[in-house]
Amino acid sequence: MLRLKIEKRLTPTWKVVFSVTVLSIFLAFFVIGFIFLGYGINPVKAYIEILIETVGNFYGITQILWQSIPLLLCGVGLLLAFKASFWNIGAEGQLLMGSLGATWAALFSGLPDFLLIPMIFILGFAGGAIWGLVSTVLKAKFKVNEVITTLMMNYIAMNIILYLIHGPWKGEEMKGFAYTNSFPQPAWLPTLGMSYIHWPTLIMGLVAVAVIYLIISRTKLGYEVKVIGQSQKAAKYAGISYFQTIFWVMLISGGCAGLAGAGEVAGVHHMLRHPDQISLGYGYTGIIVAWLARGNPIVTILTSLLFGAIYVAGDVMQLSFGLPFQIVNVFTGMILFFLISSDHLMRYKISFRREE
Amino acid sequence: MEWQLWIIETLRRALAYGTPLLLGTLGEIYTERSGILNLGVEGMMILGAFTGFVTTFVTGNPWIGFLMGALVGGAASLIHAFLSINLRVIQVVSGLALTLFGLGLTGVLGRGWEGQPLKVSLEMFSVPYLKEIPILGPIVFTEQNVLVYIGIGFALLLWIVLFKTSWGITIRSVGEDPATADALGINIPLVRYLCTFIGGVLAGIGGAYLSIIYRPSWTQGMTSGMGWIVIALTIFSLWHPLMAIVGSYIFGSLFYLSFRLQPWVAPELLTIMPYLFTILAPMFLNVHRTLRRRMGAPAALGIPYSREEE
Repeated sequence: MLRLKIEKRLTPTWKVVFSVTVLSIFLAFFVIGFIFLGYGINPVKAYIEILIETVGNFYGITQILWQSIPLLLCGVGLLLAFKASFWNIGAEGQLLMGSLGATWAALFSGLPDFLLIPMIFILGFAGGAIWGLVSTVLKAKFKVNEVITTLMMNYIAMNIILYLIHGPWKGEEMKGFAYTNSFPQPAWLPTLGMSYIHWPTLIMGLVAVAVIYLIISRTKLGYEVKVIGQSQKAAKYAGISYFQTIFWVMLISGGCAGLAGAGEVAGVHHMLRHPDQISLGYGYTGIIVAWLARGNPIVTILTSLLFGAIYVAGDVMQLSFGLPFQIVNVFTGMILFFLISSDHLMRYKISFRREE
Repeated sequence: MEWQLWIIETLRRALAYGTPLLLGTLGEIYTERSGILNLGVEGMMILGAFTGFVTTFVTGNPWIGFLMGALVGGAASLIHAFLSINLRVIQVVSGLALTLFGLGLTGVLGRGWEGQPLKVSLEMFSVPYLKEIPILGPIVFTEQNVLVYIGIGFALLLWIVLFKTSWGITIRSVGEDPATADALGINIPLVRYLCTFIGGVLAGIGGAYLSIIYRPSWTQGMTSGMGWIVIALTIFSLWHPLMAIVGSYIFGSLFYLSFRLQPWVAPELLTIMPYLFTILAPMFLNVHRTLRRRMGAPAALGIPYSREEE
């Protein structure tokens, strides 16, 4: 007779982690198939078409790379914050403030041309970092829950930008529209060939991955982050300053999201416009990009590509099937549900044993 | 005196604007008192808002709309309950997933409904005799909708249950010390499921209030962060249903003022007010020493319970 045996295991092997992750993504696609059915679309045909339009041709692949740039920057920054158990849900606002800093550099700094692009990235980083640090100070000094503050800061950032584009920064060239003026040509980020890939930001993303990898694996800060992430109490006994550590973590985490925002305005839109157009929810999706990578910064390269592909798939669904772009959030929410559920199951080993 | 009328009007409208927050906060207080942290309030509210709107639009009866909003909000909360109680996942992430999922799903399903005005809504009415009471009359009993009183009624009821009955002791003990409660024979998963469900139902009603009464129409993402303000309000109110009334109406007045002050200040900056207040209020509360001592969350909040030794 067959007997089911369930054992506990301490750390699941990478094979288990990988297959469970792939399985949860498939499950999410399966469940979302029913939404397609509800719209009278054959899900199998839809998925085939989506595959062809995304990874099936060169243009699709450049689109994926392009969409994954902000996701990579947001995701890898968030990964560092999550490693310290600091629930930064505010990458969206940090990204927007980065785009604000970059816009100021491009339109109002009056710097000579060759300094414009460096300044766009510096102020982009600063904008995101400052926005992230507000929540850090509130958490470390006043014990205010960071989930709430980082989230509220998203809404504040959004409204500040709305205020600027409707009011003081509204461009004269733009007639009735709520945009700023276009950036001067020297402030445009160069793109790869005919694609939209603004490569300087992509390089920033890869550098961020390398830096965060080194921080986590090789530095004292990385060690402190891990201790705080495991137990704040233990960190306190070990003499690790919570505020100092989280300060550096959020400076980098917010700064990375800020760079993503700078890349979006200087590399894609060449102006500051409605926050919903600058960020298609990159800051929120970044949370899942980070979560999927399970604490390994290098894996965020893969996970951001995956979600880049889902974003491009969102475009395809919009254009070919007339589904709203919001379907992307359904995907991400669903994948997250399946992933966290599988986390628990992975801690058990199920095997069958034949018994006489 | 004009400014007196102005204050009375602001307070009167604060009740109407604060009611969805009050409903959501009361629900989250119960959820958290039982030890479950549900950050999916925004998702449950938007699901409630959407189903409430569609049901009211189709049936022409706002009460059925509220009922469906409540049921869908409750159903959504059960996803979180299952993940948190049975699978013992990290509750922060599960709540976030619920929010993303709710916002996404309603965005997809709700596209065709956008911009359609609701022809029926709940009527505003004044309470005869009571509206003659000086000050209180024109604020509380003049031109309100019935949900305002239902919200206050819920707050009183939930306060009595939580602090004056044995059920309340059961709920609180599960949130404070589940191991002891378990030893006393209390069914912990059941209590937590019920409390999470109450949270979802109330968030659903709060959401339906937005699309049926507050702005009788459907817009994608119309909760605009209210679910997160609810989570902050749960903390400000020290997990106490009566304090939730005060907190919700303070926010209600901020929401009203952000419309009222528009001739003088840019509307985008006014919209920031409630969000900014959400960040600053706990800061002031924490500075105050006696308050800080009482600020303690339920001891087992967000910690999954299992009899197995970890």
